[in-house]
Amino acid sequence: MHSPTNIEATIEASWPDAIYAQFQRVGIRQVGYVPDAGHSRLIKLCQDDPSIADVVLTTEEEGIGLVAGAALGGQRAALLMQSSGVGNCVNMFSLLRNCGFGCVVLVTMRGEFGEFNPWQVPMGSITEDVLKLTGFLTYRIDSAADVDDIVGAGCDMAFDGNLQVAILLSQRLIGRKQWTR
Amino acid sequence: MLDRREFVQQLLTDRGDLLVVTGLGSATYDAAAAGDHPLNFYLWGAMGGTAMIGLGLALARPDRRVTVITGDGDFLMGLGSLATIGVKQPKNLSIVVLDNAHYGETGMQASATQSGIDPVATALACRFQQARQVSRIEEAADVRALLHSGTGPLLVNAHIKSEDTPRVLPLRDGHAIKQRFIEALNAV
Repeated sequence: MHSPTNIEATIEASWPDAIYAQFQRVGIRQVGYVPDAGHSRLIKLCQDDPSIADVVLTTEEEGIGLVAGAALGGQRAALLMQSSGVGNCVNMFSLLRNCGFGCVVLVTMRGEFGEFNPWQVPMGSITEDVLKLTGFLTYRIDSAADVDDIVGAGCDMAFDGNLQVAILLSQRLIGRKQWTR
Repeated sequence: MLDRREFVQQLLTDRGDLLVVTGLGSATYDAAAAGDHPLNFYLWGAMGGTAMIGLGLALARPDRRVTVITGDGDFLMGLGSLATIGVKQPKNLSIVVLDNAHYGETGMQASATQSGIDPVATALACRFQQARQVSRIEEAADVRALLHSGTGPLLVNAHIKSEDTPRVLPLRDGHAIKQRFIEALNAV
């Protein structure tokens, strides 16, 4: 039975697949990540793809080096992280700007809409500003219907123009973290 | 104890198509002193990131040998990347740590290796295929051979003298260093 609620749930759940489809379209060959619940489906899709080297990082700033090394070797890489991870990268972002390495970072947001854990708020509330200050173009996605378009455009700008692009996946898109099991 | 310039010079002798990433400060100057080369990616910043650039490059080009040459300070700042590299097990990646147990660029303050923190043991704990200590110039030829044909990931911790060496300054424009590297890599 197709109640509107079920259809909506299906559409909502498909946004990581839309990101993965864009990764395939633009030929992403390396994906670095520090795991995040919001990225779990996309991480799984990348792990299951033999054409993508998935690299689990001990800290997000390692991913910036990974992107640079991949680009030197002729490959495109993307990074997946939570908003807290952006703060871990700040000095390393200078590598991207100094050398003009195209980079796409997909940031799952915490510390905003409906955040239960106040410890997420200080970094989450400044994530977009930090990205702008460090030279990133930022695009925010609140609705699953926009994922394909914005991720596609972001990837093209990053890799065609050697620009640094961050796409913020808002807490409204991802859904609130459930704290009761 | 090794003379860093002599050691790096010997490692990069007849380097063939070796890809080299150098950590900021003296490691970059040492590689430049051994002879500027388009397949050197010199870092002047991004401290702690050198080994990870090596990993991204090694994964992208499994057909080529990648050598990271860096100091103990940069190495220690990126210690977690040893675990990341250990997970991926790139056969073509080598890391050479020029370990003088000091922060040479900033006034020779002691680094953690001076207190016995051991890069070789750390690399082995992170599942590197080989890790060894060297301190005599007679070992340089063996290390050079490892860089060209040893099964990675491998790490060599080189005990070098902690003396000041003249700065040899290569390109500083990051765009130029990157572009030159990519063009040279695509040409071979």
